[in-house]
Amino acid sequence: MSGTTIYSARKIITMNPNRPMVTHVAVKDGRILAAGSLDELATWGAFTLDERFADKVIMPGLIEGHAHSMEGALWSFTYVGWFDRMDPDGKIWSGVKTVDDVVDRMSQIEKTMNDPNEPLLGWGLDPIYMDNVRVTRHDLDRVSATRPIGILHASGHILNVNTKGLELAGLLKPGQNHPGIPLGDDGLPNGELKSPEITMPAGKHVGMDRAFLAADAEGLRNYGRLCVRAGVTTSSDLGQQLNDDLVGVFETVTGQADYPVCLVAFCINLGKSPAELVDYTASMKDRSTQRLELGKIKVIADGSIQGFSARLQWPGYYNGAPNGLWYIAPDQMADIYQRALAAGVQVHTHTNGDEATQLAIETLEGALRKHPDFDHRFTLQHCQLATEAQFRKMGRLGMCVNLFANHHFYWGDEHFALTVGPERAERMNACRTALDQGVPMTIHSDAPVTPLGPLFTAAAAASRRTASGRVQGEHQRISVKEALYAVTMGAAITMKMDDQIGSIEIGKRADFAVLYDDPTEADPDTLKEVRVWGTVQGGRIFEAATI
Amino acid sequence: MKIPVTVIGGYLGAGKTTLINYMLRSANGLRLAILVNEFGDLAIDQDLIEAQDDGVMAISGGCVCCAYGNDMIGALEDMRDATPAFDHILIEASGVALPASIMTTVGMVYGLRPDATIVLADVEQIRKNARHKFLHDTILAQLEQADLLLLTKTDLVDASVVEDVKDWLSTVAPIARFLPIANGEIALEALIGAIPFAQRRPMENVTHKSVFDSIVITPDHNIDPQALGEAFANDPTITRAKGFVQTATGTALIHVVGSRYAFDLLDDHHSLGVVCIGIKGEFDPSNAEKHMRHAERTDA
Repeated sequence: MSGTTIYSARKIITMNPNRPMVTHVAVKDGRILAAGSLDELATWGAFTLDERFADKVIMPGLIEGHAHSMEGALWSFTYVGWFDRMDPDGKIWSGVKTVDDVVDRMSQIEKTMNDPNEPLLGWGLDPIYMDNVRVTRHDLDRVSATRPIGILHASGHILNVNTKGLELAGLLKPGQNHPGIPLGDDGLPNGELKSPEITMPAGKHVGMDRAFLAADAEGLRNYGRLCVRAGVTTSSDLGQQLNDDLVGVFETVTGQADYPVCLVAFCINLGKSPAELVDYTASMKDRSTQRLELGKIKVIADGSIQGFSARLQWPGYYNGAPNGLWYIAPDQMADIYQRALAAGVQVHTHTNGDEATQLAIETLEGALRKHPDFDHRFTLQHCQLATEAQFRKMGRLGMCVNLFANHHFYWGDEHFALTVGPERAERMNACRTALDQGVPMTIHSDAPVTPLGPLFTAAAAASRRTASGRVQGEHQRISVKEALYAVTMGAAITMKMDDQIGSIEIGKRADFAVLYDDPTEADPDTLKEVRVWGTVQGGRIFEAATI
Repeated sequence: MKIPVTVIGGYLGAGKTTLINYMLRSANGLRLAILVNEFGDLAIDQDLIEAQDDGVMAISGGCVCCAYGNDMIGALEDMRDATPAFDHILIEASGVALPASIMTTVGMVYGLRPDATIVLADVEQIRKNARHKFLHDTILAQLEQADLLLLTKTDLVDASVVEDVKDWLSTVAPIARFLPIANGEIALEALIGAIPFAQRRPMENVTHKSVFDSIVITPDHNIDPQALGEAFANDPTITRAKGFVQTATGTALIHVVGSRYAFDLLDDHHSLGVVCIGIKGEFDPSNAEKHMRHAERTDA
């Protein structure tokens, strides 16, 4: 038994409606003993008063409901995105604004490499901010003509490779006839490769090998550090192809005394039959710890909207692209849902397009007739194009939603102009409708697709500004207060962890985000500027500056 | 020589597992590697399994099944690098996968050769599936991407229904050729185009008991492999053809599946000869010989 520590703060935002703001919080054994005034808290007995946060603002630890620990591993590769981005060491990598900048940054790294054959991989490129300039193999040949070079786009759907990379992938020959392999004037591929059936096999030659795809201890540790910098105390890792070995890696890393975050590791529906998936996931529940939550399933229903692989309802894509791809058969989805309901295992389903959302809703409705469950909280992830009718149905079925608010900022202009057109772009990630229809809601970054940072995500949902500065979908804006609730209690509810985390109140885990600025005083446009000092997780203090 | 890869597509319940079991049973000395998404639903007949370990199932007769999960390319590379080498790799596509996408990937893996896309269609379900609210376009795309179509469960319906479904399939998958099943048997040669190579076994008429006819043609002259491939592929009575011909620049391996053909120029020598297979009653060996004569190059 440890003693009681009482922290003072400039303001403590609790998300507990009974006492929304307090001045002090008492922590004992990693949990919240009480939150209120110092006089009240003192009545619990002996305590140590810790005033280190006296000039800070404390709020419940931020919860990221949809991210991938791969964000931690990606920093082993070279960042060449448009926006400034912070690495696990706290270094800000400035955004690159021209192809020359991209080449310069890659060249600097290239000069430090000893093995001349080792591939060099960059990530995060987003030419839509550079007037859609094409990056060609000749550009990357300026980095090296002899070393395989690749750059993965921010969307994850396009890979640029240099001539050496094309050669190793067996693509450096005329006569290529695939829409994913655009050709240059010389009849040879120009080095831009699209769609997974091309980028995956080609990526192997430029560093996207098995190790690149798998979760490792170093990546998990780096991810934990990124969480501290973003004020995050609980994050999903949505999802992993879990097996005993990988669960062992998670246990070892999160079990270290200084690991700063609780990871919620979802088991993805790849490589396992519905029966195996549900049985294995159910058997994992008991292995959950204070910093590792197990026993939840992630199902992927369709692809992505900007990759034109999401399944859309009529009339489909704005630019006339054919409808996207199913990644699961409806019968398999039904099998998983039924077994999971029977076993009491929660399922989160990736649905980007509104047709995929419709399939998930109808499938769950059918499964619930066979296995009624009054608190299943099956959650749709992304659910970017859902209609009001779909949200209404989700609310009545007891579903939750995690909307991709960051996507609206990063690709909203693209969706408006190209993928779904103005009307549907304005209803994308419809936070207002979700709340109005009684659907418990959170919002997410999908890191590494966009950077981890729930305060930014909250700002994106409150302002609905796109990267070009337009407010897109005024009616779907939510208040700053609602947005802050979404990234704390909202996320906790969707992961069925609201009994443990999400608010600062008696009995819950002592998980705090410690801030320099008061987010409740920010407006939708300034919320993203609120600075993070660090976190308290399970009563342990982590300062971003020294993590 | 590149290892040929066949993709087996079709929606759930079309009979892919039955077909896999059948192929493992009738492999007859061929070493087949079969990649499946997961073992869970793959009911491999117990008597065929010799050992199972972490994603790989050893099958009697030198075949294996391998679960690829989310790393199909890695699994393909493992199978490609195995010793002794596999004769043929088969990939069971998931029920909603588009086989052409898988074939594109296969074509990019060094040492592998896309062979054929075989799509299975349950005669009772296929038209219903093709009207399915969520699946219709996926099902039609699968059919359209087939080189060879295998209509399954035909013994459960009247012959007239089979003919109706075949007529309909001919309109939605105009370039695909049908693989018939007789008495529950399909000639493995037609399925995977595995002809007995001279170094393995003597060439013989491999189809004497099946619904297929075949002929082995040994060319006397240099052959233009492109002209030959095109002629075979354009002949609707030829289901498959495969073999070695002499070209002006060396030996070529030519392979024809349905209406698609390809050829590889080889560095080493092989006994010449091309096996052509077609459905009994439709296939005319003299036509095949005629195609061969037309492809002869007199200038070299």
